[in-house]
Amino acid sequence: MIELSGVTKAFGANRVLQRIDLTVPTGTSMVIIGGSGTGKSVLLKCILGLIRPDAGMIRLDGQDVATAEREAFLARFGMLFQGGALFDSLKVWENVAFRLRRGALKRPREEARAIAIEKLRRVGLGPRVADLFPAELSGGMQKRVSLARAICAEPEVIFFDEPTTGLDPIMSGVINALIREIVTEMGATAMTITHDMTSVRAIADHVAMLHGGVIRWTGPVAEMDTTPDPYVQQFIHGRAQGPIESVR
Amino acid sequence: MSLLAPVAWAGRAALHLLAGIGRPTIFALQVISHILRPPFYPREFAHALFQVGWFSLPVVGLTALFTGGALALQIYSGGARFNAEVVVPAIVAIGMVRELGPVLGGLMVAARVASSIAAEVGTMKVTEQIDALVTLSTDPIKYLAVPRVLAATLTVPVLVAVGDIIGIAGGWVVGVQRLGFNATTYLVNTVDILEFWDVGSGLVKGAVFGFLVALMGVYHGMNSGRGAQGVGRATKTAVVAASVLIFAANYVLTELFFTS
Repeated sequence: MIELSGVTKAFGANRVLQRIDLTVPTGTSMVIIGGSGTGKSVLLKCILGLIRPDAGMIRLDGQDVATAEREAFLARFGMLFQGGALFDSLKVWENVAFRLRRGALKRPREEARAIAIEKLRRVGLGPRVADLFPAELSGGMQKRVSLARAICAEPEVIFFDEPTTGLDPIMSGVINALIREIVTEMGATAMTITHDMTSVRAIADHVAMLHGGVIRWTGPVAEMDTTPDPYVQQFIHGRAQGPIESVR
Repeated sequence: MSLLAPVAWAGRAALHLLAGIGRPTIFALQVISHILRPPFYPREFAHALFQVGWFSLPVVGLTALFTGGALALQIYSGGARFNAEVVVPAIVAIGMVRELGPVLGGLMVAARVASSIAAEVGTMKVTEQIDALVTLSTDPIKYLAVPRVLAATLTVPVLVAVGDIIGIAGGWVVGVQRLGFNATTYLVNTVDILEFWDVGSGLVKGAVFGFLVALMGVYHGMNSGRGAQGVGRATKTAVVAASVLIFAANYVLTELFFTS
């Protein structure tokens, strides 16, 4: 279970997160929605320790992440980055098996390659892709490779940062379906940030809306359409009129 | 309020200056501490050795060749004013191994390697590849900085040594072909005049310059701003900082080696 209590972060005068309280139960999929620049990525990076919050506490299964042993803590996570963040200089299989080639999870080269090819198959890519470089792949294929890398070491928690940004609707649907299947199959706890309401409905068990540095609303995805919260209603229906300023 | 404005400006400038010195210094200390501690990344190190050393060889060699030739012409022309043309082999040799070999070699490596490292690492920063490294339990300093800094520290002295030989050869060709020196006498004079520390001091300078060049490349790349403009600025700053540091370090090392 991931618990955030009073998490606060500012960049200069810009108070991005203001006393955020949020709980993500183990084995559930939480999707965080909100406009651009509302701090969704900052929230994920605070949990991972890539950004240090100014105040508040983040716990993973009851343990304060600030005091956790770094390598063991990060080994529990997988992350799909918005742009894929694949390493250009490494082949696809080396990207996927990156964690398996070094550190505590290190495996022999052939075993790591076999696992990488299996994970590529799981995301719908054939073995011939394994020896290509990321620059030789389309955007959709890069997202799948990044997804394969995120799940390669079978993490307990997976973060998805804008998983369908820049993809056509069909490829978005494929990625959404893959994420839902994989999270269910692995029993992992998932946190996704997205603007894409199709993704929200496909991936989420629970939804939280971040706006103005605070969680405006949180609840099961089934209640999202019926909540009277004007912020949520404006966002999910994409209306220009409402409490969220369209010019930010 | 307006009276305090210059004080505030001076305070901000002082803080900016101190941060500009302190941050790279702390980064350098972190890199040095990681060089000594596992895990090590031999594959990345071998790749960096080739990128920094092998591929810099042509540019360093050509620079040294033309510099040695031009130096011989200058010394001959200047020496003729007091009938001292005979010192050409000695001055070319000492000038190349003590000063021009390491400094020009370092500057060429700064232009080629600091820019390339800063652009590569800066692009990794803006495309979140460095964040991805962290989430994959890999320390970016250990994985990106240590192999490059170590490779540059070890290979630039080799490049300097090769540059010294090519530079002296350039002087020899010009001396023999254009200035009428006897080929054997020129070489004998060169070998006779050089002492171990003439060459050794240049190689030590090369190691320091290599360290500074790679350090500036990685540091500015890892602190790159967003987008193409941010990476471009990081690249430019890395080359400028590396070049200035080479000149400053060269003066300090020369004071240290030859004036005591």
